[in-house]
Amino acid sequence: MSSATVTTPADPAEATASAGPAIVVENLRVSFAGREVVHGVSFSAEPGTCLAIVGESGSGKSVSARSLVGLAGPGAEVRADTLSVGGVDVRGLGERAWRRIRGDRVGFVLQDALVSLDPVRPVGREIAEALRVHGTVPRADRREKVLELLRSAAVPDPELRAAQRSGELSGGLRQRALIASALAADPEVVVADEPTTALDVTVQAQVLELLADLKRAGRTIVLISHDLSVVAHLADHVLVMADGRVVEEGAAETILTAPREPYTQALIQAVPGAGTRGRRLSPVPPVPLPDRGRGGAVAREDADPDGPPVLVARDLVKDFPLPDGSRLRAVDGVGFALRAGSTLGVVGESGSGKSTTARLALALEPADRGTVELRGQAWSGLAERHRRARRGAISVVSQDPLSSFDPRWDVERILLDAVGHAAYPTAAARRERVTDLVARVGLTPDLLARRPLTLSGGQRQRVAIARALAPDPDVVVLDEAVSALDVSVQAQILDLLVDLQQAFGLAYLFISHDLGVISHLSDHVLVMKDGRVVEEGHPEQIFTAPVDPYTRRLVASLRSLGAGAGAGRPADHRPDLERTTS
Amino acid sequence: MTRTSPETAVPDAPVGDGPTARSGAAARRWAGRVGSAVIVVWGAATAAFLAQIAQPGDRATAVLNLRTGQVQERSPDELAPINAEYGFDRSAPGQYLDYLGGLLRGELGTSYQQHRPVWDVISEQIAPTLALSVTALVLAWVLMLAWVLLTAGRGRVAAGWGSAVDSFLASMPQYWLGVVLLLGFAYGLGLFPVVGGSGPVALVLPALTLALPLAGFLAQSTRTEFERVLEQPFVLSARLRGSGDLAVRLRHVLRHAAFAPLTLTGWALGATISGAVIVETVFTRRGIGRTLVSAVESQDLPIVTGIVVLTAVVYVVINLVLDALYPLIDPRVTP
Repeated sequence: MSSATVTTPADPAEATASAGPAIVVENLRVSFAGREVVHGVSFSAEPGTCLAIVGESGSGKSVSARSLVGLAGPGAEVRADTLSVGGVDVRGLGERAWRRIRGDRVGFVLQDALVSLDPVRPVGREIAEALRVHGTVPRADRREKVLELLRSAAVPDPELRAAQRSGELSGGLRQRALIASALAADPEVVVADEPTTALDVTVQAQVLELLADLKRAGRTIVLISHDLSVVAHLADHVLVMADGRVVEEGAAETILTAPREPYTQALIQAVPGAGTRGRRLSPVPPVPLPDRGRGGAVAREDADPDGPPVLVARDLVKDFPLPDGSRLRAVDGVGFALRAGSTLGVVGESGSGKSTTARLALALEPADRGTVELRGQAWSGLAERHRRARRGAISVVSQDPLSSFDPRWDVERILLDAVGHAAYPTAAARRERVTDLVARVGLTPDLLARRPLTLSGGQRQRVAIARALAPDPDVVVLDEAVSALDVSVQAQILDLLVDLQQAFGLAYLFISHDLGVISHLSDHVLVMKDGRVVEEGHPEQIFTAPVDPYTRRLVASLRSLGAGAGAGRPADHRPDLERTTS
Repeated sequence: MTRTSPETAVPDAPVGDGPTARSGAAARRWAGRVGSAVIVVWGAATAAFLAQIAQPGDRATAVLNLRTGQVQERSPDELAPINAEYGFDRSAPGQYLDYLGGLLRGELGTSYQQHRPVWDVISEQIAPTLALSVTALVLAWVLMLAWVLLTAGRGRVAAGWGSAVDSFLASMPQYWLGVVLLLGFAYGLGLFPVVGGSGPVALVLPALTLALPLAGFLAQSTRTEFERVLEQPFVLSARLRGSGDLAVRLRHVLRHAAFAPLTLTGWALGATISGAVIVETVFTRRGIGRTLVSAVESQDLPIVTGIVVLTAVVYVVINLVLDALYPLIDPRVTP
């Protein structure tokens, strides 16, 4: 723990805050129904600094932070030697006293304002709620204060935005509105729990910049994230948590550049990016891939990166009607050629048309214009019954495998369902095939009897990949297939995808909003924006010498997030972003 | 990219004429709703008419027997004026058209027994029944809200009790509940009048008889959604802002959980009118319910038909009102 008190920057508002640390937590223990999930965690933070708590899901980071405001969860039992906020001992406070801490002393920003702001109320009323609860300003002045808060959170047109609901705002604007609501009662501590997780990369950079402004203004920031690159941008001090314990802590620069613990090292190694191409991201050894029979490596000897493309799309156009009767051009003249054994990365922010492109490639939607060819034969524009026999040649893995599984089926049945009866006529052959598939994706056969709900996120995604491999496809469409995973699990899945591609000569159409993942995996990249391909090429070229202004902006955001320890980074290193862009 | 709703799509609309197209689409949706409402009422009226036609025996004889209180064969001379008065001598399609024409003019026909316009009979009786139905609905909502706010999302024990009571209430038969309330509060404790009576006090037990099972139904439909919304991140956000528990429940959660019970309310208003049949009989109150029972007993079909058509109209109107209410509660719903 940093012992020296960091001097508060020149901000008169902060003069009222106590001179000591804004928060002190010693030996925090949290248990639910007798089961301890946080085992003696200690941290503290000085005004004007940012403490980052990094960990994967289930590490206890969110529970620890919520203990600061007495909302660790229903039935939580919180014990600590010290638990103080702004010099106030908050141990054993009653509900009424807690409510004076929440919002007033500690502002909380959750991830994804689309669901963290009431979707049926205008954001202005959500912000005003904190003002009302704490009596911050007289009723008559509330509206003016709301506008002022929005303005200070860099929201353009505050009068208009205050009257809109979270669903009517873009991701960046609504996250800023959420931050404004957390700041309404002028708290000295701001806890940001995964504040950028659901955001596109350019928006992510803007929101982090806003948090950095708060830090510079003398507030104490507690940043909770699973994402080390986010932390690098803002943190002065980093706490790495796993399984309810602090694994490692120290100055941000030290942790991010020279971590001591193997866990932290693996976490940093696992972050994909342009520099990680061709290297394994996870310490987990590769799955020994069976090399036998139908569908094995032998059958894919024809895989040739220079051969004829297995999937070709030409000039695809897709319009969607909107409820108001107008039409939205979701895909506008997209074309590509995908060869066996190679990966085509499609990167773009939400609404760029990349998922629609995937659905057109899968022929799940008819294109309004343009054609798709699979293995040199027409694929789009046919009646579905003409496609059905060839459906096995192209398969899909989606972001959320859980919802694509029948929750009542066990893993074996899920996989048996995908194994073709023509290729495997007997029940015994199909069973053997399933065992083989499970082994390929690095799962043990005892998982076959489990239901999807009882599997971890990584195991589910492996089952989804096994199912995609079942019909021996040439092409696998991976639509945000690793986006919902923790970074170490994501690393394992990315390694598995590379191994499978090398063993079976698979062609991947890899769709992601994550430039790091795309640059790690792709042989050729399409950058999409508003339905169009704005730039394409080899990832080296895209990420080192982008031509299109939009690509440049994307790459700059990625670089600024990924570049080294960012504590106290001078302003001139900030990404060149328009603050008002949403 | 899947924000499409095919039924509202306007393929030929040019890109970019947002607001006009939107209000046009809303107008078309409302025209559709009103159209289907008219069809529902027409269907109910037609079914009621067919039931009249299908009545066994000669209707003119029945009318005459009803009026005189004697059951006997009538001569054609006796029947002729009745046939002429009610139009029984016309063909069935002709009678149907007469009947529909009357409905359009707001005439519901003439009672066989009382020899008065059906509308007069109903309008005398409708007020007590409406008072009963509306009181029962309001009471059901108040009881349901209090119970759900008190028990939903407060741990396993409270939730268990909450939904157990919901199910118990919802499963209580009204005729049994009415008798139990009558025995307990009117005969036993003497708090309320046993028979009839007037004024608000007389309304309490009958309204409770209708409201308690309804409150159970409404609570069942509210509880699940209420507990789901309590888990949503925006609720946590509100708590993190310092909002108190009751404020969170009232300001945030209730609005989201109010959809299912509101929809049920549309159905319930119709149901309380048929529930009134039982309650008005048990408590010997005046009202549409008892009028309906005696009309059925005496085969006074124009009265029965009139009540059926009126119930259909009430049902349809309340559902149109609810359709208009939904976008106010959740602005994401298209009007």
